[in-house]
Amino acid sequence: MSILTYIFGWPLIAALALVFVPRNFRVVMRAVAVAATFISAVLALKMFIQFSGAPAGASGFKFESQVVPWVKSLGIGYHVGVDGINVGLVLMGAIVAFAAACVSWEIKEREKEFYILLLVMAGGILGAFASLDLFLFYFFHELALVPTFIMIGVWGRGLQKNYATFQITLYLSLGALIALVGLIILYVQAGAGTFDIPELIRLSKEKPLLGGAQQQLIFPLLLFGFGILVSLWPFHSWAPLGYGSAPSPTAMLHAGVLKKFGLYGLIRIALPLLPEAARSWMPVVAWLCLGNLVYCGWVAMRQKDFNWLIGYSSVAHMGFVFLGIATLSLIGVTGAVVVMIAHGFLAALTFGLSGYIYQQTGTLEMGQLGGLFRRLPFIGAVLIMAAFAGCGLPGFANFAGEITVFFGAWQSYQVVTILACWGASVVGAIYMLRAIRAMLHGALPGKWATVADASNAWRKAPFVILLAGLLVFGFFPRLLTEKIVPSVNDRVLVTSSK
Amino acid sequence: MNLCLVNHEWLVIALGLAVLLADLWVPPGARKNLGYAAALGLIGILVYSVLAFRLGEAQVQYAFGTMYALDGLSLFFKRFFILAAIIVLVMSVEFAETFAAGIGEYYALILFALSGMLFASSVNNFALLFVSLELITVTFYVLTSFHRSRLTSLEAGVKYLIIGALSTGFTVFGIALVSGISRTLDFNELSRVAGQYSQNPVFLFGLLLVMVGLGFKIAAFPFQIWAPDVYQGAPTPTTAFLAIGSKAAGFALLLRVLFVAVPDVTLQWSKLLVIMSAITILYGNLCAIPQRNLKRLLGYSSIAHAGYLLLGVAAAAAALGHSGVDPHAGAAALLYYLTGYLFTVLGAFTVLCLVLQHLQGEDVESLAGLNQRSPLLAATMTLAMVSLGGIPPLAGFFGKFLLFKAALVQGATQSAYYWLVAIAIAGVVISLYYYFAVIRVIFWSREVPDLSPIKTSKPIQVALYGCVVGMFLLGIYPNPVVNWAAEAVQVLR
Repeated sequence: MSILTYIFGWPLIAALALVFVPRNFRVVMRAVAVAATFISAVLALKMFIQFSGAPAGASGFKFESQVVPWVKSLGIGYHVGVDGINVGLVLMGAIVAFAAACVSWEIKEREKEFYILLLVMAGGILGAFASLDLFLFYFFHELALVPTFIMIGVWGRGLQKNYATFQITLYLSLGALIALVGLIILYVQAGAGTFDIPELIRLSKEKPLLGGAQQQLIFPLLLFGFGILVSLWPFHSWAPLGYGSAPSPTAMLHAGVLKKFGLYGLIRIALPLLPEAARSWMPVVAWLCLGNLVYCGWVAMRQKDFNWLIGYSSVAHMGFVFLGIATLSLIGVTGAVVVMIAHGFLAALTFGLSGYIYQQTGTLEMGQLGGLFRRLPFIGAVLIMAAFAGCGLPGFANFAGEITVFFGAWQSYQVVTILACWGASVVGAIYMLRAIRAMLHGALPGKWATVADASNAWRKAPFVILLAGLLVFGFFPRLLTEKIVPSVNDRVLVTSSK
Repeated sequence: MNLCLVNHEWLVIALGLAVLLADLWVPPGARKNLGYAAALGLIGILVYSVLAFRLGEAQVQYAFGTMYALDGLSLFFKRFFILAAIIVLVMSVEFAETFAAGIGEYYALILFALSGMLFASSVNNFALLFVSLELITVTFYVLTSFHRSRLTSLEAGVKYLIIGALSTGFTVFGIALVSGISRTLDFNELSRVAGQYSQNPVFLFGLLLVMVGLGFKIAAFPFQIWAPDVYQGAPTPTTAFLAIGSKAAGFALLLRVLFVAVPDVTLQWSKLLVIMSAITILYGNLCAIPQRNLKRLLGYSSIAHAGYLLLGVAAAAAALGHSGVDPHAGAAALLYYLTGYLFTVLGAFTVLCLVLQHLQGEDVESLAGLNQRSPLLAATMTLAMVSLGGIPPLAGFFGKFLLFKAALVQGATQSAYYWLVAIAIAGVVISLYYYFAVIRVIFWSREVPDLSPIKTSKPIQVALYGCVVGMFLLGIYPNPVVNWAAEAVQVLR
């Protein structure tokens, strides 16, 4: 068994174990959840460090594990492995899962069900990123997606909770089903009788598996199916409402990790297997991503609720990734992967912080907050750092990714890049800094005099770890890029360059 | 003739007669336990079936001339029906107190309906088709109106009787036309001559009328109109048996007629099947949205599922036109989906049976607070709804995956199948809305009028755990059932 199996297996086993823990053993449940996610985070870190030295399999993946076919007649098998593209995503996912389990102390009712769902979600996401089988890849994603709906419905907040639950359920299920149809047509028309991704890529390197017309049919299904899951403009409207209503651990895991599934799917499946269609659709994607970057940034400026603001901001950040993918160049796609990882840390950090503030004050209306920096020196400082990372300040991983994306994009889409730069650095800075001013600075209303800062190391740990992720990859982006570049060369752009 | 071939049917009929006789001697207080005896008997028959009947691929044995065929497909369906009847019998024991009298007859009627389904799975002749169809339908007239003092139950029985009689009339007329033109009732003979009559309007009209009768059984549009009323009015175990047994029998007959008797005509009709499937899916799902009565909701949802199953039939019909890699994918997917549907629907109806039997209303709200009253029932109902919605890792997802795959293969040559899948996806998204609404009531309703715990007997717990395990197993480890289904459909053309 490869280390990857343990990375996503521990949370799932822990979820199963929690089923048998009696309801009133609160401490045990918390400890099991935190321990399981901690183990998988440590294992993911170990894998990340050993990655460069590990031997690669025949298809170029490391830490591979392939088990006898699962459904033999259809060519579905259990196959996991990592290359430079998903090794960072698995690490980021495992760390965010640990942080989400840590901040779950804010959940006070029906804790048993919450921790079970949280662990299933964490295991599902990590499994999806580790899978090298199309069916398994989709299966794990759905496994992670369904708990999201239930968690928003049961533990969500705000008046629009029920509406948000139904909207996010129906919208995301539609996106997932469209992507599923695209994947099935891909499997059927490729005619290779296998769901194995490395095998499909290998076959298409030898000779294109799909003709132009077939690619033109499948690509839009994948693009818009995954696009709905990633909140590509104009399919983003579920995101701010959903995140605004979700409990913060759920928002952290979904916005930080699960949402990257669609982007990862595009990079892993759509670009290498459907190169012709990708080339013809990419200008469309480049212009749509402006909708994310500029339009959603603009909308974020007008938000009065901090959670809605960071919801829109996370939609806006997806624009960078789409722009990077749209370039179909080595630099652009590498940058896109770096942004995916950076934004995972960032989104988890901001939603975790907003959850903390909500826990203390009971509101996230920026008009009612103010002067909280005096009462919350630690949380306030981390929030300011997160805001800086969100504006794309050098030193944070976001900067490294975004600048790479812009370098890549300049060659193909100059107008789009100019507008995107403007949207990213000006609009992003305005709403982030305004939020900081409204919440942390100014006079402290009397009713918040009792607000307490994160007191002990346990409460601080999740934020410190996420911030550390942003800073480490911000100062040493090479840790990521030197792994990503060969993989992108070998397995993403190989057919499109010919 | 080898009489052993009909052993399933003999044994079930003998069991039914034994239950009727035992009813005379067993003291009234213990009569409801006859249901357990009957269920045990069926378990014995199931074990016997698995041990004694092993058939290789595409091997067919005939009884009564060639009227009755025992092959992989019929064995698959026979075991399927027996399994369904076992769970329905256990459910009926819980339900026994609501009947004024005659519980022994109720069990016996379930067994007689089961024998009709067993015959239906082996049909190879229009005469046997009609007899088995009537055996099922006539017993269901009684089963539906078994609550003799309740007006809704009687109303359901009358509605089922009138529309059932009408569709029987159509079927007989259709059979008469088909056999009048082709001078045969036998499916093997018919498949040889069907090609030369495939343009004959009278022959086609006759087949169309047979389709009307079968469409009534599976509750497909435009013959679905009876389903919601009958599902709502009938006693819950009857509804459950109607939803799974009667529907599956309809599909067993449909597969036999379309793919054994008249494959040449079926190919021409693939467009018709596509349209029927699409409208059935949309009708069932859209009409389910405003329903408040749980059994009625499941009635509409069962119409929608008939649509998904027809999607498999439509895919198999188009596959007749060209020799693809896997010509039977559609039919195999249908069998897989039905198997998952069995565990899912019976799980859901068992929960309803336990929760609703002491209540006047059957509104969705009566499930409020179920997770506090009985975590097992709440979990089963939730899993059943999630599986019906088609979400992994449960049975419904893999079934839909196989069905969609079978249809998308055909999309490469006929784009109508792409549109059919698009409609099916719209249906799935709509269905999530009403399935999740049920889950929401279970877990987070504001007002919970009744928090008394619900007692569950040991046999019913076993049945519920069986359904849950079935749902998970078919969703997580589909390999064995996929292979069985693939072997079973080898006999089809």
